[in-house]
Amino acid sequence: MRWLYRYASPATFYPVAGALAPWFFVAAALLGAAGLYIGLIAAPTDFQQGDAYRIIYIHVPAAWMSMFIYVVMAAYGVLFLSLNTRLSAMMMSALAPTGAMFTFLALWTGALWGRPTWGAYWVWDARLTSELILLFLYLGFMALQAAIEDPRRADRAAALLAIVGVVNVPIIYFSVQWWNTLHQGASVSLTASPKMARIMLTGMLIMSLAAWLYAIGASLLRVRAIILEREAGAEWLQGHVDGKAR
Amino acid sequence: MSEAGAWAGFAWGLRRDLKLSARSSAEVLVVLGFFLIVATLFPLSVGPDPRILHRIGAGIIWVCAALACLLSLHRMFTLDYVDGSLEQMLLGHMPFPSIVAGKIGAHWLTTGCPLIVCAPLVGVQFGLSFGEIGVLLVTLLLGTPVLSLIGGIMAALTLGLRGGGALLALLLLPLYIPLLVFGVGAVEAYAAGLGMEGHLSVLGAELILALVGSPLATAAAVRTAID
Repeated sequence: MRWLYRYASPATFYPVAGALAPWFFVAAALLGAAGLYIGLIAAPTDFQQGDAYRIIYIHVPAAWMSMFIYVVMAAYGVLFLSLNTRLSAMMMSALAPTGAMFTFLALWTGALWGRPTWGAYWVWDARLTSELILLFLYLGFMALQAAIEDPRRADRAAALLAIVGVVNVPIIYFSVQWWNTLHQGASVSLTASPKMARIMLTGMLIMSLAAWLYAIGASLLRVRAIILEREAGAEWLQGHVDGKAR
Repeated sequence: MSEAGAWAGFAWGLRRDLKLSARSSAEVLVVLGFFLIVATLFPLSVGPDPRILHRIGAGIIWVCAALACLLSLHRMFTLDYVDGSLEQMLLGHMPFPSIVAGKIGAHWLTTGCPLIVCAPLVGVQFGLSFGEIGVLLVTLLLGTPVLSLIGGIMAALTLGLRGGGALLALLLLPLYIPLLVFGVGAVEAYAAGLGMEGHLSVLGAELILALVGSPLATAAAVRTAID
């Protein structure tokens, strides 16, 4: 556990994050290129949906990441409230914009896919609706942090909000699904589509991995910015900023 | 933190906030007026077609109840926060979560309860049958306490913030969605001749979860605002 605590100090983590972030971006770019090649060129056209289905190589990874990042944020919130490690709160704030970006991306690509497939940019489908609500949860999280000036209070309030949110996410998802079956909005569903070809699945998984690595890289860069902002007066930081160490 | 201490804190918080509300009863009536006027806007904007109104009635009543609760939440902590009495409660000998539970209970008694009393009136205006109104009242009875309970957490998180009202709405309304879905769903299931036990069970489960979790979370949220 001791090494874990060592890296929980912003002074230790700042250079580590700086050293790791480029590698995550490089790996994300390589995997993204490979995934896009498989998805856009190598994979065959879907006989039911035509080429419109190819949006899944962006859409599905974005949707997965949007939900996964919220859970990770809440986990950092728990860590912060129980161990009182400042870095956990900083990671939590660093993840939120990436999560919101993926949520927005999932909604946007979903709308673009829905137009040719369902004939409408937006239908009140259970998945779409719960994704939209997730976007509101992200926006609320960021708005709450932005509204509180004292960083200590902002961290603790945001951590509490993330935990309350993560308890509610399954309830919301469940309720929206129940609501949708009652109202019978959309009749087409992704789950009912035929089993996916292996190459399509491979492309999607590679793209998901790329999205994952990108999210890590982006949040490491952002956490460095947050550390710079919060620890502006700290002595250890002066060395890094003056360029003596990376 | 003995059991007796917890009940004493709850009773004290409840009695104190009820007494305060009784001395400014206009506030309670204003929230009730808000509930009625918003419900009145819908027939005027959608049109007087009884079929449409009957179709949307239960949903409108639930949305109006959620908004009325949202609007009244600032009452729960703001004044006590500003004049410092909230800090005294935090420092006092009574367990703070139980005082908070009492305050939430008082909020429900002064917003949720009056709304439930008024809801049949609005239901009749929207052409709901007596059976439907009965089911609606049961869902409100189970659901409006949850509105106050979740609302307490968010009201405490946004305590004393600039632009707190809009922020509170952004934080709170997504969490109200399951209540609306199951509350309105029960009425629709009843109207369609289907069983509504499932909906009511989920509402009950949410109520239990909120009863257990909310006072603790609200107390933690108040602490973040004070120290």
